Amino acid sequence: MVRPGDRIFRSLTSGAGVFIVVLIAAIGIFLLLRAIPSLQRDNVNFLLSRDWVTSDPANLRFGIIDLLWVTVATSVVALVLATPVALGIALFLTQYAPRKLARSLAYVVDLLAAVPSIIFGLWGIQVLAPQLLPFAEWLNEYLGWIPIFALGNVSTGGGGNIFISGVVLAVMILPIITAVSREIFERTPTAHVEGALALGATKWEVVRTTVLPFGKAGFISAAMLGLGRALGETIALTTILSATDAQPNYTIFDGGATFASRIALGSAEFNDNLTVGAYIAAGLVLFLITFAVNALARTVVAGKKEYA
Amino acid sequence: MAKRIDVKDLNIYYGKFQAVDGVTLSVPPRSVTAFIGPSGCGKSTVLRSLNRMHEVTPGASCDGKVLLDGEDIYASTVDPVSVRRTIGMVFQRPNPFPTMSIKDNVVAGLRLAGTKNKKELNEVAERSLRGANLWAEVKDRLDKPGGGLSGGQQQRLCIARAIAVQPDVLLMDEPCSALDPISTLAIEDLITELKQQYTIVIVTHNMQQAARVSDQTAFFNLAGVGQPGRLVEVDGTEKIFSNPTQKATEDYISGRFG
Ligand SMILES: Nc1ncnc2c1ncn2[C@@H]1O[C@H](COP(=O)(O)OP(=O)(O)OP(=O)(O)O)[C@@H](O)[C@H]1O
Ligand SMILES: [Mg+2]
Repeated sequence: MVRPGDRIFRSLTSGAGVFIVVLIAAIGIFLLLRAIPSLQRDNVNFLLSRDWVTSDPANLRFGIIDLLWVTVATSVVALVLATPVALGIALFLTQYAPRKLARSLAYVVDLLAAVPSIIFGLWGIQVLAPQLLPFAEWLNEYLGWIPIFALGNVSTGGGGNIFISGVVLAVMILPIITAVSREIFERTPTAHVEGALALGATKWEVVRTTVLPFGKAGFISAAMLGLGRALGETIALTTILSATDAQPNYTIFDGGATFASRIALGSAEFNDNLTVGAYIAAGLVLFLITFAVNALARTVVAGKKEYA
Repeated sequence: MAKRIDVKDLNIYYGKFQAVDGVTLSVPPRSVTAFIGPSGCGKSTVLRSLNRMHEVTPGASCDGKVLLDGEDIYASTVDPVSVRRTIGMVFQRPNPFPTMSIKDNVVAGLRLAGTKNKKELNEVAERSLRGANLWAEVKDRLDKPGGGLSGGQQQRLCIARAIAVQPDVLLMDEPCSALDPISTLAIEDLITELKQQYTIVIVTHNMQQAARVSDQTAFFNLAGVGQPGRLVEVDGTEKIFSNPTQKATEDYISGRFG
């Protein structure tokens, strides 16, 4: 026998579940339907071309290779910078800081998430870029022999490059990564912590033997959440990145546009369905990448279930 | 190896709340001492202050003396980490490290102490698992996660882990309370074997268990709700169970408690 309450609750919850799936599928289908006509009329290879000429619907030439490079590079730089810092903050807040300090510090970190993107963008290009210029030039000069630190396709002095964007994105994704990892580290079972302590583990050894193994999967998915956020960030990067048609040098001092910032910049020419379709095709690729990143995060977490 | 413990006028607090008042007792080396008493009387609290695990709880503190072969483990020059290395502990609920294999669990303490030699680690793992009567059951799956064992096996794994570092003293907080009678017997036999080498203190709610395994029994009691727990009496186990000095002890062990 099924009680009416159970039945209602079940239909409500499964309804909500189905709704989400349908919504995502609908978004995907919408993007696909709008993108296909433009893709069919694309005169260059969509995946490999560097062109982005969409103002004439009769002669569409658009490819995503540069967008892909800038999007992935900014996000990776952000992730590389943000994850160690977030890990450090989360460990400090949960393991070392006195309770009161931990609470107010956590609040400050969360506050970062409340700053509007446009503010981050302005701050990045107006304040951060000049501040970091000596460091950027130092990287150029002394580590330039490593390809990713070589001169890029825009002037380093302008600051509108992947490096500055990555630093700003790192600050932007820091709160989410920190908050999620903090919650996970806090949930390390006391029994395990005490087990390690009873064996004569120091604080750091407790972290290494219990907190980190316990929180590893959660931390990875926190980082992936941050990555997802960085991939889609629009306004901050539209403000920071210098537009350029020049061939990228595949260094962190390249300028250009990400998927999202290209779409935002193109909004002025959204007056023809075929033109819009080109941008939507780019959006679709971003959607797929973000989807893949999330799926990956999920697999990583699921793979660790047996130890949970 | 085995060392004696002398506790003098130990008061233990959780923040402002005094949980235990004025405990004085001695634990001779190579013997088993059982702590018995009603729930909430402070047995675990006393036990945890014997290896400085008590202070891990936020706000917890204590005063008085705990001497390990005459040396005060609470002296300001003593590092709690080194105290816990020489005084091992087994908890009520088995707590093997879930992300480690059976073998890594056993040698975790040794690794922490800096031993890297593979051969030595393997030898210690085997010796400790044999010591904990677990070797035969796990020797073919040493690389499997420790969490995949039965509750009783996990508890013996935790005992193996505790004895792998060759502590001077072994503290056990209700080590059998989550186990079936057969696993319980296995662990009781193990305790009897281990006392040849170690000083053992065990908390138990099981009167028969205290009578079976211990040489000395300490009875703790609560004066009332919100009052600190006290040590009522400590004496040879036979004496406590046949002819206790205090009426409260007699009432408790004969089940006329409360
Ligand atoms: N972490 C804690 N914070 C505050 N008070 C605590 C804490 N742990 C125990 N206490 C209090 O200290 C007193 C003694 O508790 P303890 O756990 O030592 O009792 P016990 O004799 O081991 O009981 P049991 O037989 O149920 O395990 C109790 O009043 C308990 O409420
Ligand atoms: Mg207890």
